[in-house]
Amino acid sequence: MKVVVPVKRVVDYTQKIRVKSDGSGVELANIKMSMNPFDEIAIEEAIRLKENGTASEIIAVSIGPQQAQETIRTALAMGADRGILVQSDDIVEPLGVAKILKAITDEEGPTLVILGKQAIDDDSNQTGQMLAALLGWPQATFVSEVTPDGDKARVVREIDGGLQTIQINLPAIVTTDLRLNEPRYASLPNIMKAKKKPIDMKTPDDYGVDISPRVKIITTVAPKGREAGIMVESVAELVDKLKNEAGVI
Amino acid sequence: MTILVLAEHDNAELKDATARALTAAAAIGGDIHILVAGKGSKSVADQAAALDGAAKVLHCDNDLYAHGLAEPLALLITGLMANYDAVVAPATTSAKNTMPRVAALLDVMQVSDILSVESADTFTRPIYAGNAIQTVQATDAKKVITVRTTAFAAAGDGGSASIEDIAAAEDPGLSSFVGEELSKSDRPELTSAKIIVSGGRGVASGENFGKYIEPVADALGAAIGASRAAVDAGYMSNDYQVGQTGKVVAPELYIAVGISGAIQHLAGMKDSKVIVAINKDEEAPIFQIADYGLVADLFKAMPELAEELGKAS
Repeated sequence: MKVVVPVKRVVDYTQKIRVKSDGSGVELANIKMSMNPFDEIAIEEAIRLKENGTASEIIAVSIGPQQAQETIRTALAMGADRGILVQSDDIVEPLGVAKILKAITDEEGPTLVILGKQAIDDDSNQTGQMLAALLGWPQATFVSEVTPDGDKARVVREIDGGLQTIQINLPAIVTTDLRLNEPRYASLPNIMKAKKKPIDMKTPDDYGVDISPRVKIITTVAPKGREAGIMVESVAELVDKLKNEAGVI
Repeated sequence: MTILVLAEHDNAELKDATARALTAAAAIGGDIHILVAGKGSKSVADQAAALDGAAKVLHCDNDLYAHGLAEPLALLITGLMANYDAVVAPATTSAKNTMPRVAALLDVMQVSDILSVESADTFTRPIYAGNAIQTVQATDAKKVITVRTTAFAAAGDGGSASIEDIAAAEDPGLSSFVGEELSKSDRPELTSAKIIVSGGRGVASGENFGKYIEPVADALGAAIGASRAAVDAGYMSNDYQVGQTGKVVAPELYIAVGISGAIQHLAGMKDSKVIVAINKDEEAPIFQIADYGLVADLFKAMPELAEELGKAS
């Protein structure tokens, strides 16, 4: 089976972001960018499915600026077979991304599309579910275990109360949660090999998708900060403060 | 404007998150109806009808909705949306699963996790783990919105909405429920608890959560939480995780024990009213946002704290 894995280029999770003072957004110049961590988990899962003989080909797709090619190269170095970059310098909302991914899915005919459950920049948590809706496919979101079995798959999902197990028909959409796997690092030889793997260059127009935004961003501001309080010297002092100063116990 | 609020429940009890989503819907303004889709969920419909602010409860009782599977539920909601201008749900894992599917079926761009309602189409929401707040205007004719429940007070009781039984939508036949493993606990629920005692990597084992975190939580009647590191290490199960991608909490008192304070964790708890940090590393970033910090070995401090609290009560 073919597996498609969308990967997003985002500000690295270790970076402290800075909001521009004019309210126009977050400073992205000269800041370390990486693959969205949940997407790394998605790539890793696809590779494991290939290693155990379930998957035959892994296609990494990114929608974003020219530099998103680096994100695809990372996926190729981890073990994906080829890439597709749908180039756009504009912000593409989850709905627009889902529409482009639908067109790619129609073209490629994968059995699974594995996506990160959310991107750590806009924290929307929408794309996988939207893609499933557009394709009329089942969706298994926030997944910590996937076991394909013939024309179905059994998946374990992380939910508010604990874990839920469902069975889905294939083809299907899977979105990854943190405990699905621990992504590998790409080895140097594999990074070299990845340079020779093909990446198709496309645009949203190639897929006939209108990506004009539906949600207008008016301002972006820094949240109200929280000041450091005081240090206490002992447990007794802490209990006293909580009781008599904060009044919370 | 007529707004549909999706109820969060387990077929027996209506969750507090619903009352909070109702408050957000009321801020948008208009007639509000609550959808209770479940199986054997009559008592949930009754509880929803008693919420202050809803004009009507739509109750759909069918096997298809017994476990909240996204595919059938999204079809049911989409079918109802001809009569509504907006659908609002609390940002729980079940609504996060279903609502974007509804949005795409309606060709609408969802606004996730709103923190406030500025006007009927303009909202604020967190991005970058809450390190930036965006004000956004939804331009689609219909709105699909999820609500950060900690940002809205719960609507009270005292309502007496009518309950209308509605027919199920078609069965898409794409997925089926196999089973679930739910954490059982007599403690308050994490997202609505007044006090939370949360442990991190420093707690060092699941056994130690029982030995050092639980007695303090017991003394305070608190819920227990965990950092991602503690969950990844297998000390606690996923439903205890507080943070950017876990649960977002805002209790009166949050006690962070052996948690260093990664931004992803802070994203889930920094709106707590009072934050206490107990950590042996005085450089831990958690101290920068804590109201009260104690540099101490948690294995000494926690038993002492349990004892002090025992004395105090």
